[in-house]
Amino acid sequence: MGFGDQLMQYVVSGLTTGAVYALVALGFCLIYNATRVVNFAQGDFLSLGGLMAYSLFVGAGLPMVLAFPLAVVAVALVGALMERLTIRPARSRQVLVLIFITIAASILMRGIFKHLWGKQALALPPLSPEVPLRLLGATLTPQNLWVLGITLVAIVALVWFFGRTLTGKAMRATAINPTAAALMGIDSHRMTMYSFALAGALGALAGVLITPITSLSYNVGVIIGLKGFAAAVLGGYGSFLGAVVGGLVLGLVESLTAGLISSVYKDAVAFVVLLLVLFLRPGGLLGVGGKERV
Amino acid sequence: MSASGKHFFGALAALAAGLALLPLAVSNPYYLNVLNVVALNVLVVTGLNLLIGYAGQISLGHAAFFGLGAYISGILSGSYGWEPWLSLLAAALLVALVALVLGLPTLRLEGNYLVMATLGFNLIVSVFMVQLDDITGGPSGYTGIPSLSLFGQPIATDLSFYWLAWGAVILGLILARNLVHSRVGRGLKALHESPLAAAASGVPIEAYKVKVFVISAVYASVAGSLYAHYYGIITPATFDIFKSVELVTMCIVGGMGSLWGGLFGAALLTPLPQLLAVVEEYKDIFFGGILLVLLIFLPQGLVGWLEGKRVRSGGRAF
Repeated sequence: MGFGDQLMQYVVSGLTTGAVYALVALGFCLIYNATRVVNFAQGDFLSLGGLMAYSLFVGAGLPMVLAFPLAVVAVALVGALMERLTIRPARSRQVLVLIFITIAASILMRGIFKHLWGKQALALPPLSPEVPLRLLGATLTPQNLWVLGITLVAIVALVWFFGRTLTGKAMRATAINPTAAALMGIDSHRMTMYSFALAGALGALAGVLITPITSLSYNVGVIIGLKGFAAAVLGGYGSFLGAVVGGLVLGLVESLTAGLISSVYKDAVAFVVLLLVLFLRPGGLLGVGGKERV
Repeated sequence: MSASGKHFFGALAALAAGLALLPLAVSNPYYLNVLNVVALNVLVVTGLNLLIGYAGQISLGHAAFFGLGAYISGILSGSYGWEPWLSLLAAALLVALVALVLGLPTLRLEGNYLVMATLGFNLIVSVFMVQLDDITGGPSGYTGIPSLSLFGQPIATDLSFYWLAWGAVILGLILARNLVHSRVGRGLKALHESPLAAAASGVPIEAYKVKVFVISAVYASVAGSLYAHYYGIITPATFDIFKSVELVTMCIVGGMGSLWGGLFGAALLTPLPQLLAVVEEYKDIFFGGILLVLLIFLPQGLVGWLEGKRVRSGGRAF
């Protein structure tokens, strides 16, 4: 395999994991825009998506076409439930306290996952039979295509939802100015709950897509979640387009460093990028945020 | 001395007396060990509380400073034969420098960004602790760290370390209180109340924030060095982001902005995992659940809650 082919291979795998980071980053953005809170349980939505799909597919014997969407819906409900049971009844509106509530929820969820599914690694098969395809010298698996395709569909669906539906517009209005939105009769609690549900769905989507590529266990979401978070910062925290670009760029950088330099520090790459962005261009690649001084 | 000063030093004297008597009641080395770990956590949390409670900035990377203190001090004395106290000092200086480099650019930004930067920093430090195995011993840890000694006596037993660790806590609390009552502390308090008014009064906000960040990192570093010389062995897992989360949790549960809060939080939460070990399988569920309930219903922390019951004005506990 020549150098060019190898490079293409890194690009393909980088874009695939990058798409997953983008989905996670989008989840972070949704909740951030609705509440100004960084949701540390976003990675656990991912774990739960994979675990749910495993139980429905392997445990209940449902076909993947049913197991996949059911898992996504289930995690969306968990997301809504999280907002209803933890964020809404919180006595303090301080962002710091709310962030820590999501951290506590994350610890609790991981404890429950470990209890229900155990610690061992579980395996989910790829969405379709693994027939390797050749493209410009790189080997593509159908799973690569599924990840990229479904991510694209999810993004288009989100754009449509926020641009064309009444609920989506109401959610945007609440994100921009909660008081004005409330005066217009928009129930801001409900909009926040929808944000958590959507973030849950996106996390679950990422979880089901990535588990045939990486191993699946109760805490798989922690590191991927944090990388999605780095991706969101890279793109410009709170920006949807930024999340997608940030995810893809981060996936590429990670894959290229691992392939061309050393895979030993692979897990550090995302966070080195994160620090560099914060130091040099805190608004992210696309955003203008971060300059909100106190 | 002001009334609040009397209040603080009175409470401190009571604490010191209690601590002096405690070993008479507790001779079991296991309990002494728990008390020693509590002391080290109190030390870190005291520093962290200066940052969170006064500067209003949150760090999810203090376990990394704790770990750097432990590793630098451990390696200097273990591999290079430095005198342990000198290694502790060198570690504190290096950590201060690292905190300065990290704090300068990020503290200019909104609070959320410090959370992210410190979290990323902690993850990077963890990766290096594991991967630089020639120097750090890799995932299985670094061993052979010599004990500290005082007046020619090695501090090798649980009891002798008890005196050292809690002595450090008392010293740390006094220093923290002095800082809070200094020009920097008053500036930060003003910043907390009204950033605009503080800036208009000429408070150099960014410089103060960086100063407090560096000081809080040094608290963590010293606690880490003490930890390393106490145990003689350190592993990367002790200093990961979950430890950082735990430390901030202690701060919040105890009460942000109250030095006693840090003490309560650490004393309450340090032994909790051990106590919950009885129900090992449900440990995380209990821990997460308790934390969640406290944060939802008692967000001002235990000390803040008690204070609120007692008096509404006059602000903080000291």
